[in-house]
This record gives sequence, C-alpha cells and structure tokens, in this order.
Amino acid sequence: MAVDRTLSKRGEAPVRARLRADRGFRGAVIALSLLAVVPLVLILALIVARGASSINWRFLTELPKPIGETGGGIANAIVGTGLLILIASAIAIPLGVIAGIFLAEKGRSRLGTLARLSVETLMGIPSIVIGIVAYVWVVRPMGHFSAFSGGIALAMIMLPVITLATEETLLMIPVSLREAALALGVSYPRTILKVVLPAGMSGIVTGSLLAVARGAGETAPLLFTSFGSPYMSVNILKPIGSLPQTIFIYATSPYAEWHDLAWGASFVLLAIVLTLNIATKLVTSKWKIQF
Amino acid sequence: MEDTVLTAESTILETRNLVAGFDGRDVVHGISLAVPAGKITAIMGPSGCGKTTFMRCINRMHELASNAHVSGEVLLDGEDVYQLNPILLRRRIGMVFQRPNPFPTMSIYTNVVAGYTLNGTRMARPDLDRIVEETLKRVTLWDEVKDSLHRRGTFLSGGQQQRLCIARALAMKPEIMLLDEPTSALDPKATAAIEELIVSLKGVVTIVQVTHNIPQAARISDVTAFIHLGELVEFGPTKKLFTVPKDQRTEEYLSGKFG
Repeated sequence: MAVDRTLSKRGEAPVRARLRADRGFRGAVIALSLLAVVPLVLILALIVARGASSINWRFLTELPKPIGETGGGIANAIVGTGLLILIASAIAIPLGVIAGIFLAEKGRSRLGTLARLSVETLMGIPSIVIGIVAYVWVVRPMGHFSAFSGGIALAMIMLPVITLATEETLLMIPVSLREAALALGVSYPRTILKVVLPAGMSGIVTGSLLAVARGAGETAPLLFTSFGSPYMSVNILKPIGSLPQTIFIYATSPYAEWHDLAWGASFVLLAIVLTLNIATKLVTSKWKIQF
Repeated sequence: MEDTVLTAESTILETRNLVAGFDGRDVVHGISLAVPAGKITAIMGPSGCGKTTFMRCINRMHELASNAHVSGEVLLDGEDVYQLNPILLRRRIGMVFQRPNPFPTMSIYTNVVAGYTLNGTRMARPDLDRIVEETLKRVTLWDEVKDSLHRRGTFLSGGQQQRLCIARALAMKPEIMLLDEPTSALDPKATAAIEELIVSLKGVVTIVQVTHNIPQAARISDVTAFIHLGELVEFGPTKKLFTVPKDQRTEEYLSGKFG
C-alpha cells in the first residue's frame, strides 16, 4: 500500500508535464488547422461580397452587351462551360474508367507500368501546354476554333484524374469479391463489369466529379481552342464562351462595369465548383459500401 | 459400408498425381484421391500444407493467379476438368470461402440468384422467387431474412452471411461443393449452425471441406484425407483414420504433436 503511494507520487510530476504538453500540442494542431481554412474563407468572402450583388435572373439569362451599354449577362458562358464539360466528360470518363480498370487489373505488367507513368506525367503537364497541343492536333486540321477542340483539351486534363481515381478505388476492392463471382462460373469480363465496378462506383463517381470540377475552372487550354464567343451557341464546331474565359476577359478590361461582371461570373463558377465538391462528399458517404 | 465409400462406382471426383504450386515451387506434390459421391470429405492438415491449393485446383480457381502452375489430372464424373471450359466447370462446382463474401452491392435475394443473374440467364420472376425461397429454407436462413429479402446481405451477422454464401452456391444446383474452412472466421455458435447445415446437405450434394479444425473433421466428415507438406499421408473413412491411423504422422498430428 505504502509502496503504491510513493510510486504514484513519483509518477505524478512527469504525467502532469505530459498532459501539459499534450494540451499545448492539441492547441497548436487546432490553430494550424484553422489557419488552413483561412485562405478559403477569405476567397469565399471576397467573391461573395463583390460578386453576389451582380447575381440576378437577367445576369444569368442574358447575353453580354457591347461596350458602353450597361447590364448584360453571362448566359453564353454558362451554357458554353456546360457544353465544354459535357464534351470533355463524354471523352474522358469512359476512357479514364477503362484505363483505370486496366491499371487495377494489369498494372504490374510492362504496358501497365508504362500506362501509369504516362497518366501520372499527363497529370503534371501544365494546362497551357495541353491547350497548345489541342490547338495543333484539332484546331489547325479543322481550320477554326471550336467547342469540340476545347472539350478535347479539357478531356486531356480530366483523363488522368479519373484514371487514377478509378485505379485506386478498384485496388481497394477485396479479392474475395471477385473470387466469389468467378467461383460461380461468371466470366472475367462480367465479373469486372457486374461485381467489381458496381462495388467501386462511389469512388469512380467521386473521381469523375472532381475531374469535372477541375476542368470547369480551367482557362488556359481554352484560350486557343474554344476561343470564346459573346454569342449564344450550342454548335460544337463553332467557338464558344466559357466562364473562366469570361472572367479573364472582363477582369483584364479597363471598364469598371466589366469588372463587376467578372466578379459575378467568378461567383457563379465558384458556386458550380463548390456544389460539385459537396456532391462528391455526399456520394462517398451515401453510397458507402460495406464489405 | 465404410469400405464401400471408396469403391469406384461411387466416386464422383478423382485426382491423379495432381501437382500444383506457385512461381515454379510445388505446394501440392502429386496427390491422388477419390472423392465419394454424396458424402462429406474432409481435407485436413496443418496450415500451409497445400490443402487449400489442392482444393482450388478442383474448380480451377488456382490457375487464376498469374504465377500458378498445375499438372496431373482432375476427373469429374470421369471427365478431365482441365479439358473443360473453366467457366462452365465452375457452375457445376460450388465454392464457399473462409470469410463470408456476399456481394456487397446486392440484396439478400439477388445474392442467392447471383449465379444466374450474373451469368445473364434470363428467368421468370416466379422461378427466381421459388429458387430463393427453397434455397434459403435449405440453409435455414429463410425464417430470419424472409422479411428483409431486399436489404443488403452485408447487414447480416457473420454466420448468416456464410449461410447466405452457401445458399448462393447451392442455388446453382452444383454436383460438388468445395468449402474452404467455412467456419474459421465464425464464433462457436455460428460454427455449430454451419456444421449442422453441412451435415444436412449430405446426400443432396457431394461436399469437400478443407479444415484445420481436427474435431470438426471428426464430427462431420465421412472420409478424411490428411495432407502434410503437400503430400497425401493418409486417406480413409473418418472413423478408421481417427481411431486407428495407419501412418505415424497422422497419429502425431491427431495427438497434437504438430500442426
């Protein structure tokens, strides 16, 4: 009994010091985490403060007005960004998912290693370079700027994001699941399509939405592909406006009214990207699959 | 009677000098064995002795690993399974794994008929309903899940999930069921339920079960094969093998000297 007491007394001081250190460390971690949130909050606050006042029904549904006239909207840019993303997704999602399946299945083969290296390199290529490449590959042969070439450029940016997200998701799916299907006499392609892919669907959808969010905000590759247009257009063979490019043009102009339009367009773009990001969180939590 | 189980007429599955392994190293060293039809055959042996690899050669799951090799013969009803299409073969041989692995994206109902739906077999709803009900009753799961057939199978307990996996294999009406230590991930109560179920399947389907649980092999099997270091040490009626083992190593294994 006596021995116990001395022991506990001897142990008290270091424990108190440790608890103090623990509190201090926890405080530091919380403070630094909050610090990481600060830039986002500042950006959001600024864009909401400057951009929200421009937002009204006419801003969202009208076309830009010529210099000198007040008002005007960004309807062409919203439709343009939507169309560009649609084209890019139609190319990048199927290709990316298929490539991701290949990497997850045969990633250790020579072709797999080469493919992964290529995808990772593609991820690191500056978007302006992708724009130039799309210009040389698509715009020059076609002879004119087009929404289609812009979609190709965005697809090249989205492709690696989707591929790597798909691979990562599929690698996490237990082998036992695939064996269960194969042991039932299900063919290999059907096992992948009907058992493995559905089990990884939430990860694949999340990766695709993140890629869309990334593509929606790109400006540089659109400068010499979709080019921009102040008119409403849904023709994929014609130049087309887009939100990031509208922001770029309006923000670099000398007119105060156009600056307001740039803030408004920023607000819309930010709202789209934020919505996509929140959607990915919902998808991951709602579709969570328990193995 | 105990000797008749090994006669040729009742043999449904036979391996002849089966050799298998990974990366050029043999794990199974030429096992020849005849599995009697309608009975429970236990494949017993210490961990790493090659019993699972041996079993996975029977439905050709072993060769799915890219570094696997296999030679020798496996005869199902006299046909060499290595001459058959592996996909069609696996529809005739059901398999249940160590850990319950119901399809997590499917309901209990679709799990049971997964063997049909995943293979693209078109069936009328009443037929599917009948298969689901019959099979779930067969594995004594019906009363527990009949009100939640369209919920995901992964919400069930481990023992229920394993019975669901047995149902999924049984629904295909296989000639043989391969069970790979089906109770090793379960608690004693769930284990007892599965053992009871396996015994009740006797006569309905031929069962080959891998186990390193000696008492379990003694309790439920009709014939036992003892495999050690990739070799078949002894094979015979369970009662005989457990009471008067012919081989010294069998006796040592049964008395707990290794394994």
